Formats: sequence, structure tokens, C-alpha cells
Amino acid sequence: MTGTEVLIQQTLNGLTIGSYLALIALGYTMVYGIIELINFAHGDVFMWGFLISLSLLQVMGKTGTLTGWELIWVLLLVIPATMLVTGLMNLAIDRIAYKPLRRASRLAPLITAVGMSFVLENLAANWKGPSQIRFPEIFPTINIMRDVFHQDTLLLFTTKDIFLIGFTVPLMIALVLFIQRTKMGRAMRAVAQDREAAAAMGVDIERVIMTTFFIGGALAGAAGAVVGIYLNSGRYLMGFDAGLKAFTSAVLGGIGNVAGAVLGGYLIGFLSAFSDQYLSSEWTRATVFAILILVLVFKPQGLLGEKPPEKY
Amino acid sequence: MKTFWHTLTRPWRNLPETLRRRLTWAVSLTAILVYPLLDKALRLQTLNSVTDAMVFVVLALGLNIVVGYAGLLDLGYAAFFAIGAYAAGILTSPLHDLEWNFWLAIWICAAVASLFGIILGAPTLRLRGDYLAIVTLGFGEIVPIAIRNLDDISIPFLGVHNFNLTNGVKGLNPVGRPQLPGFAFSFDPLPWFYLILLISAFAIFASRRLENSRVGRSWMAMREDETAANCMGVDPIRTKLLAFALGASFSGLAGAFYAAKLQAIFPELFKFQVSIMILCMVILGGMGNIRGVVFGGLLITFFDRVILAQSTQMVRALGNMLNLSSLATIDLSLWRWFFFGLTLIVVMVLRPEGLFPSKARQAELHGVEIEEPVNSQQ
Repeated sequence: MTGTEVLIQQTLNGLTIGSYLALIALGYTMVYGIIELINFAHGDVFMWGFLISLSLLQVMGKTGTLTGWELIWVLLLVIPATMLVTGLMNLAIDRIAYKPLRRASRLAPLITAVGMSFVLENLAANWKGPSQIRFPEIFPTINIMRDVFHQDTLLLFTTKDIFLIGFTVPLMIALVLFIQRTKMGRAMRAVAQDREAAAAMGVDIERVIMTTFFIGGALAGAAGAVVGIYLNSGRYLMGFDAGLKAFTSAVLGGIGNVAGAVLGGYLIGFLSAFSDQYLSSEWTRATVFAILILVLVFKPQGLLGEKPPEKY
Repeated sequence: MKTFWHTLTRPWRNLPETLRRRLTWAVSLTAILVYPLLDKALRLQTLNSVTDAMVFVVLALGLNIVVGYAGLLDLGYAAFFAIGAYAAGILTSPLHDLEWNFWLAIWICAAVASLFGIILGAPTLRLRGDYLAIVTLGFGEIVPIAIRNLDDISIPFLGVHNFNLTNGVKGLNPVGRPQLPGFAFSFDPLPWFYLILLISAFAIFASRRLENSRVGRSWMAMREDETAANCMGVDPIRTKLLAFALGASFSGLAGAFYAAKLQAIFPELFKFQVSIMILCMVILGGMGNIRGVVFGGLLITFFDRVILAQSTQMVRALGNMLNLSSLATIDLSLWRWFFFGLTLIVVMVLRPEGLFPSKARQAELHGVEIEEPVNSQQ
């Protein structure tokens, strides 16, 4: 591949990685905005989304490449079902590990979050084993450049890429619309801004928190299913890795800020892709964090974060 | 029942306060000093685990300065542990032909770790709460990655080619051992135990003195309200950097000891789980509270290394007793982190203030009215 092709390829990779990172980052940022908690278990919900969609496909017996209407109804069944389950899962996590500690110090739910993360990871490790897990190749891989446009290039742009971006971006847009246009969305924004004032205005705080967790979980589950379909492979630790990157994205964009999470997700996506290519994949995680630290030194609230009002 | 206990302990309670305290001290001290000999005699074989546990106690005390006193949430403390251990390794292993004396190296490790405490603390100065946490988490990830990859450094314009600093994934092996005439620092845990006891005693003493000093008070002031503390003349930059530096120095000591005892160190030993374990020890024990942190450290390491490690045996024994083949053949070693996580959740939900909290925090969390002013000391 020529230099330009490599650049374009990595940009494309950055877009795809960024898309699912943004989805996961949205969950982190929303939960943080509402209850100021880093939900450490969120990445593992993403991993469970992968496992649940995998299991659904196995139960349905769909392990070969699907086409046409079959592909459509299978996707329409599996992905929303996964989202429902992971949404409920995230809700349960809140119920068990965070709700009893609403009034405690900020650190107590952090510990239970970590504990929950260990529990989820270990359950997956014991269920599916510690090595790579194969996800069926249900989505047809058609090399667009080669077979559709008949270009002689090593650039890999496939139908899977279109699927991933075409699925995740509308989801993000749907979320933004939900938060901006609906009553519940307004309630969420109000609670994130000032919990007591929102309560005084008649907002049911617990319900808002539950909705936030559910939506966050659903998005993470969608990301998990989509990554399964795209990469056809996963591991019980994929949640930890992706979660770390996604959380970094959320912080980079300004935690608590929905647009920031999306921006951060794509930035980290591009960063990872370029680092993998031009540096070395071993240094990628370190590079991602190094960039984060650099940004935070100059802009402590993140790129799109609001400067906390001076207390003077 | 209560009155029975009351009467039984009357002679003890009738003693004057100072005598009681001195007696408790003397008995505890004797017990700690005699324990390893007992362990040897009774073949309990717990000495090794206890020695390892005490390494983590020193680490927890170090983190206690950062998180407990200064209120800086540090999620990547294992990075300093790694730096301490690798500094010891680099100075004393044959890899770089240095092979310095351990007793000299350990102080250098503490100093190097402190320096890195300042270096890694500097970017965090302007960050509040959770941003600080994520940056420290980042450092906690960067350091092991750096260690893993610093086995082939080439800086052309400095004339450095293929320089192997850390030996990458293969780790440093063997690490230099302390030499003391009359004491063999080898596989027998006995001299190691006394050494770590000395280090822990030093750490506890240092923590106590720091807690009751101007520095300690400025940390706590900053923890409670940084703006107010700033107005009262507490320089946030100096205070934060001091917290990081001093906290890291403990891990330098612990890291050097750990490297020497383990004889071989590699990047895998310093993962995120280690940072979290140490953080749990501090939080579980009750932050800012030395007794609590020591106890939390011992408890968690004991739980992890003894109970969880032996859980397979225990459940199998239970299965054999109840004649349930499913239990008798179970292998719980894969469920170790599951139970650890579950325990974390259960304990924190039931007692979020930790084991030895300050009175104020306990009242806050259990809804009891208190009249006395908030006091961070017991």
C-alpha cells in the first residue's frame, strides 16, 4: 500500500474504532453527569453485549453468513434484544452496587464498581474461557473497493465498515435527539445540572437515574454486538480495554458532556489507529493516555467541558 | 453476658491508663517479634504470606498519604511500586553490571520513587477529583507499558543504540539481596519478616509524625476544602507535590524490598489490579486512619492469599463432608477474582465508611446526630 493508502486506511480504522468507543463513552459520560460516579463496570457491560449477542445467534443457529431478508430480521432481532438485556444488566448493577451508596462518600461506589467489574469479567472468563472467543461471520464481507468499484487497491473498505458506521452513528444521533427533545431527556439534563433544583421542580430523581443507566447499558450492549459482528472475535478482557479507552474518551471530551464523549471517542479512535500504524501497537495505550494527560494539563475540564465556576 | 465480661475485665480496667497502654504495647510487640519463631516451631507456614502482606501494608500506608490525608484519588499507585522495584532491580541485578549494595539501593529507590511522584503529580495539579483519578490511572497504565518496552531503546542523536534498560517482558532476574553477617536473606522468610517489620515500623512512625505535623494538617485542610485552605495560606502546589512525593517514597521502599525478596520482577506484577487492591485496603480500612489502613492491608492480603487460595480446599472438604461430589471436585481457583469482587461489593454496601472510620464519617453515613466538631483524628 502506498503512503496515502495507509493514511486513508488508518483514517477509516479510526472512524470505525471511534464509532464504537463513542457509544461506550456515552454511557460513561451520562452516568457521571447524573451521579458523579465512574461506572467501572460499564466496559464489562459492553463485553457482555458481545457475549449475549453471540449466545443469541448460537441459540438461533445462525452461524453462517446471512444475506438479504434473513440478515435483516436476524440483526433486527438480535441487536435490540441484546440492548434490552444489557440495559437491564446496567440497571441491576446500579441497584445492587451503587444505589445503597448514594449518600456515601464518592469513593465507596468506586470500590463497588471495581468489584462489580471483577465479578462480570470473571463470570465471562469462567463461562467462555480466557482465550479469544469466535463470533460467527454473519455479515457478508464485500470488499467495496475491489468488487464494487473495481479498483486495484489494498485499501480495505468493506460492507462491514458501512454497517458499523451506519448503525452506530444513527444511534448516537437518536440519543442526542432524545436528550434534547423529550421530556425525560430534559429531566436528565436538569438532574445533571443541579440535582436538588431538579427535585424541587418535580423531577423523579431515581427514575432519571434508572433511565440513564438503562440507556447507557443499552448503548454499550449495542456496541458489543456490533463489535462482534465486525471483528468476529472477543475476549473476556475486551471490556476492560475498551472501557479504559472509552472512559479516556469521555474525560478527554469533558466528562458529563454528551457531545464531548462522541468527540473524544472519535479522537481516541483516530489516535489509536495512527499510533498502531505509525508507532507500534504496544505503545498505543500509553500514547492514548499521554495525549489525554497533555490535554488535561492545558484544559483541565476536557475539550468541551465547562469550567467549574470559581468559588471565590 | 455483658456484665460477666465486665466483671472479668475489672482488674484490667482498674489499672491506670498509662500502665494499661504500656502493657498492651509490650505484649503486642513481644507477640510480633516472637510470632515468626512460633510459626517455625509449629510449622504453620504462614510467615511467607504474612511477609508479603506487610509489603502491601507499607504500600497502603503510602497510598494513605495521598488518598487518605491529602484526598487525592490515585488509581495508579502500582506505578510507583513498579518504579521502586525496577529501580532496585536495575541497581542491583547483573544486567547493567551495577550490582550495588541493597542497603544503599533501597534508599535510592525511595528517592527515585519520590522523584517520580513529583513528575507524575505535576500534571495533575490543576485537576479536580475524577480527572485526577483518570490521569493517575493513565500513569498506572503507562509505567508498566513503558517498562515492558524499554528493552530496546535507540536514540540516534545521543549515540544510544539498542539499550536494554528493563529487559522488557523477561523481567529482571536475579535481583540483589541484602547482605547482613549472621542473617541469610535467601529462601527462609524469617530475616525478610524482620526486615519488613522494620520498614513497616518506620512507615507507621513516619505516617503518624506526618499526620500530626504542619504538612499533615495542610493536607487535611486541602482535602476538606482546597479553596479555603488556599486562603489560609496553604500552597496547593507544594502540598500536593509533597503528598505525591512522600506517598511514593513508601512505595519505593516497599518495591525495593519486594524485588529483593521475589528475586525476579517483571511488568506483569504491577497491573491495574494491584493499584485497585491497594486502594481497597486504604478505603476499606478507613481512610486517613493508620490502624485501619494496616488492618485493611493485612485483611485484604490475608483474604486474597489465604482464604481465596484455600477456598478450593475448603469447599472440597465441605463437599466431602456432605458427600456432594459436585462440591468435592470443584476448582475455585478460577473464581478467585469473582469472590474478591463480590466481597468488595458486599463489604462496601454494608459498611461504606470502612472498618475504622472517623466518628464523623460514620455518623454521616448511618444518620446519627453528633454534636462535636468534625475531627479527622480518632
